[in-house]
Formats: sequence, C-alpha cells, structure tokens
Amino acid sequence: MLTIKNLQAKIDGKQILTGVNLEVKAGEVHAIMGPNGSGKSTLASVLAGREEYEVTEGQVEFLGKNLLEMAPEERARDGVFLAFQYPVEIPGVSTINFMKTALNQIRVHRGQQPLDAVSFLKLMKEKMKLVEMDQSLLNRSLNEGFSGGEKKRNEIFQMAMLEPKLSILDETDSGLDIDALKIVANGVNKLRNKSNGVIVVTHYQRLLDYIIPDFVHVLYRGRIVKSGTKELALELEAKGYDWIKDELALA
Amino acid sequence: MNVSVNESNISSEIAQLIEKDLVLDIPGSSLRKEALEIFKRLGLPANKAEEYKDTPIARLLQKNFSFQSPSVRSTADPASFLIPSLEANVIVFINGHYSKENSRIISPDSEIAISSLADALAADDPVVLKHFAKHADFKVDALTAWNTAAWNEGLFLHIRKNQVTKPIIIHHIQDAVAGEVVTVSRNLLVVDGGSKTTLIEKFDSCGQANHFSNHVTEVVVAENAEANFYSIQNDNGNRYQYNLTQFYQLNNSRVNTYSFTLNGKMIRNNLQLLLDGEGIESHMFGLYLLDKDSLADNHTVVDHRKANSFSNELYKGIMDGNSKGVFNGKIYVRPNAQKTNAFQANRNILLTDKATVNTKPQLEIWADDVKCSHGCTTGQLDEEAMFYLRTRGISKDTARAMVLYAFAGEILDNVNHPELKHYLDQLVSERLHKNF
Repeated sequence: MLTIKNLQAKIDGKQILTGVNLEVKAGEVHAIMGPNGSGKSTLASVLAGREEYEVTEGQVEFLGKNLLEMAPEERARDGVFLAFQYPVEIPGVSTINFMKTALNQIRVHRGQQPLDAVSFLKLMKEKMKLVEMDQSLLNRSLNEGFSGGEKKRNEIFQMAMLEPKLSILDETDSGLDIDALKIVANGVNKLRNKSNGVIVVTHYQRLLDYIIPDFVHVLYRGRIVKSGTKELALELEAKGYDWIKDELALA
Repeated sequence: MNVSVNESNISSEIAQLIEKDLVLDIPGSSLRKEALEIFKRLGLPANKAEEYKDTPIARLLQKNFSFQSPSVRSTADPASFLIPSLEANVIVFINGHYSKENSRIISPDSEIAISSLADALAADDPVVLKHFAKHADFKVDALTAWNTAAWNEGLFLHIRKNQVTKPIIIHHIQDAVAGEVVTVSRNLLVVDGGSKTTLIEKFDSCGQANHFSNHVTEVVVAENAEANFYSIQNDNGNRYQYNLTQFYQLNNSRVNTYSFTLNGKMIRNNLQLLLDGEGIESHMFGLYLLDKDSLADNHTVVDHRKANSFSNELYKGIMDGNSKGVFNGKIYVRPNAQKTNAFQANRNILLTDKATVNTKPQLEIWADDVKCSHGCTTGQLDEEAMFYLRTRGISKDTARAMVLYAFAGEILDNVNHPELKHYLDQLVSERLHKNF
C-alpha cells in the first residue's frame, strides 16, 4: 500500500533524509528504529505532510496515489494517520468537537453520511474503552493539561475513531510508564488487521515486546541501512546502535 | 504646536458648526460654551499627539467628511440589528434621533428611571447635576470637549437603590444611505447602592457614505452595586467612531466590561475606570476581529485611587487583511492604593504580513504594597495546531476557524449573560467563518 523510493528531504537547508526505500504491504507492521537524530521523526512527518520539510528527491506512492502531492488533510482522508510524538495542546478546542469535526469531514470524503450526535457519542464511548480513556477528557480542551500517558492514549483513541489504512506511530512509547505502554500497545493491536499497515517509529525495543513487528528497519543518517525481522530489534537492544555504525564504517 | 494647516482647518470648521447650533438659553448651555472654548484651544489631536499617534483622527475626518450635509432622517428598518432573544429594555437611536416606535421599556419606573438627558437637566434633577460631565474629563481630550459642547441626544438612566434590573440595550444605528452622517450623543447611567444592572451599547450601520459618531457615556456605580457593560461594534466599512466610556466606582462595587469590535473603518474606544473606593472589583474584556483596512484603537485606563481593590483586563485581537489594531492599557496605582491587585494582558494574532498591531502597557505605580502584572503577545496563526488538526482530516479553512475561534473563545467564556453569550458567540462564529 505504501512504496517509498529514494526519499530525500531537508529542513532549513539541512539534509535529513538521504534516500529512504521502504515498502509496506497491507497487514504488515514495520518498526523503524535508529539512534537519535537519524531521521525517524522526519520520515514520519514527511509522510504526514508537514510543510516545513522540503522533499528534494524521491517518490512516495500510497494506494496508487502520489502522496507527496497531497495536503495533510487529503492524506488523512485517504487513510494516513500520524500519532504524534508530542501531541499538540489546543486550548479552547474541546476534544469532542475536534473529533466530531474530523470524523465527519473524513466520512463525507468517503461518501458516508456525517454521524448524528447520538451515533457519534456511542462510537466515541466504544473506542474510548479500547484505550481505557477517561470520559472526562472529552469535554476538556484538546490535550491541554493532559498527562503524557493521556496524550498518547488520546492519539490511539483518535486512530481508532478515524480507522486509517496506514498508521504511523511516532515514538508513541516515549514518556509512557509500563502500564500506559501496555494499554496503548493493546489498543494498537486490537486495531491491527489484514487490510491495515502500521509503521512503528521507536528508539527502544520495549514497545516491540507488545506490538510485534513483521519487519524491523534501522534508519541511520537519513536512510535505511539494515532490515530484518523482530530479532533485529532484540539484537539492537542487546548491543546498542554502535555495531551498526561500525559495520557501516567498515563497509 | 506642530499642527498642519489642514488639521487646524477641520478643528475650526467643527468649532464653527458647534457654535452655530449652540443655543445659549437652554439648561447646561454655560457648560457647553466652556467645553467649546476648550475644544477651540485643544483642537483635534494632530498626527504627533501621543494619545492619538496611531489614530490620526483629525486627518481622517478632514479627508472623509464635509460636515455640511444636514443630519438626515433614516428610513432604515433596524430589525436586523436587534437581538430578538434578549429580554431587555430596548432603546433605539437612528442617526442620533430617538426612535420611539422601535424602543420598548419593560422595567418599571420603580427600578429604572429613564429620561432624556436634556429633560433631566431642564428639571434640575439633583443626581444629574451631581454627575453629568463630572467624570468624563472634557478639559484634556478635544473629542470629549466636542461631545460636551455639542451632544444633541442622550439618555439619563437611573437605577434605583437595591434593584436587580433587566438589561438595557441602546442601539446606535447610523444610516448613511442618503449621504454623510455625523452624530454626537451622550449618556449618563447612575447605578444606586446595592443594585445590579447591564447596559449594552450596540453600534451598527448601513449605507455607502461615510458616517461618524462621537459618543460619551458616563457610568456611576455606587456602593455595593454592579454594572455590566457591553459594547458591540459591528458596523459597515464606512463607520468612523469615537467613544468614551467613563466609569466612576465607589466602595465594594463591581464592574464587568466587554468590548466586541467586529467591523468598522476607524474605531477609537476610550474606556476609563476610576476606582474611588475600597473593595472594588473591575474586569475588562475585549475582543477585536479586524480585516480589510479597519483600524481599531482601544485605549483603557484603570485608576486605582484607594486601597484593597482588584482589576483585571484581558484584550485579544485577530488582525487580517490590511487591518490595524491598537491597544494601550494604562494602570495607575495612586499612593493611597495599597494592597491593590491589578492585572492586564493583551494577546494578538496577525494573519497577514500587512496586518499590524501596536500594543503598549503603561503601568504607573506610586504605592509600594501592590501586586501588578502585565503581558502582551503578538504571534501568527499557530502552525503546529493547524498541522495537527489537518492530519486528522480537517480542512485548512476549518482548522483555521477552529484555532481562531478557540482564541476568541476565552473572551466569550467570560460573558456571564446566557442570551448575550449565545448572540455574541453567533456573531463571532460568523465573523470567523466557523461552520462546524
């Protein structure tokens, strides 16, 4: 469903991605690991359409469309979802209004009727259970004053509501204690199915104990330098990233 | 004084007009004459005048007004400017003339005494004699002097002791369909001890000719009384206006002011609160949403004269197009005003490169045991918030409206009258193209 070819991108004149190649098929979970500053979050941002990044080379095809030509909202409506590493606090916008606006704009795009208030609330309640999210958060301003765990749960809750085809989880494990991590991972696992793809961007192997990947890729200096299965993640956990750097230096 | 020829021309032209209309044998005419002399001496503020440096009012009036056309009667139907759901005393002025058929008083005289200011002066009403032109200082501001010399219609609103009244809404409608309109109007509101009232001044206009209003309201809030004051300015792009709202507060009184500026060509609002007592609480909220080439200039003054009072001010603005916002907030804490708490904040969003805002807090504190703070911020639309919303499938336009509405919402949240809140919410939503 997603084909990335030789993707290169820069920000403020600095080249971050130097040629990423990746193919994600429906039903697959890909983990992207790598040391700090390797370009993991940049890759996630470029796929979601963050405008500060300038794509200088390469192609990204998503379900037969040129993803790079699409506005962020068009990508979302076609099924791309980015769970933010740092979800944005928006004072004055209630979570419930935000969610209703988003869902209904997506539904209209998909040729569905907007949900009425009753069906919407029913759906919300159902999906909130999935990430054990407290209902009191709904009427509060979006992410404002939420704890780190609440923010991340809110991301997965939004993912559940919007039913994306491709989910990109950007460091979703950062700042989570083990209980919150399990809840979030459990939510993601329940949403996994044969027709959806997931990209898990993470620095640590820990999250991959709960969200078992089909493939693990190591991103270093803006490109994927090593790919393998979940065992690669364990190896990275045991040995750190230095051996990869050494291997590359030797090559 | 460094006054250009043009600007002194407009001042003397206006002075002549005032003089021509000045009737010397009516009650209060000696005060009018005194004010006229002061106006002649001061002249309209020149471009270099500190208090008007962002609003060159003399130049704008000179350029855009002839002051020659007679004040025309209007045929406009004010229905679209009214707030239908609001249960209130409704008083309508169209082009400065009281419109009896559109006005409706629902409060009994035992709660609110409403009369024309001219009648109250003629009757030597002691409350009017005590307060009229005693609070709005016409010796320092030429526009107030002009108003004091030349006001032609106005109201005296007297809230009697220990009453909780229905709101009073005064519509100031200008109809410039038939040509230029200039009005000079004046109100005095006295809220006696222990009473609670709400005064709404709503400014609307229609017509392609330029129109100007010079409007002064004095409000006296006695011991333990509460006054809520709303100014809703939603004029068309040919409206020029000067407003002074001068509050005089006594012990343990409470004032909440709400200023909404949604449209207009040139708006200058002077809002001044004199806290002449202890245990006073004053809140000032303002929201200005400007576009095209609107100019809105809010000058506020809070003057703490005595100890143990509290004031809080929050003004927020969104500037689009070529518009210009101005905020100047003065807080004075006099030597006797120990234990004063005074807070002020001004926040702005500029949506285009051509939109501007000038913001200036001015705190002058002579007492030593006080808590005061001020802060102002000016930024652009929060791109991070925009991106977040758009990644959830929300269109750029909707995301923008959501972020701006949320910014404005902080002011709406402070409106404590449910019907007004609903009405203002609609106005602001419409203005920000909110359709979700």
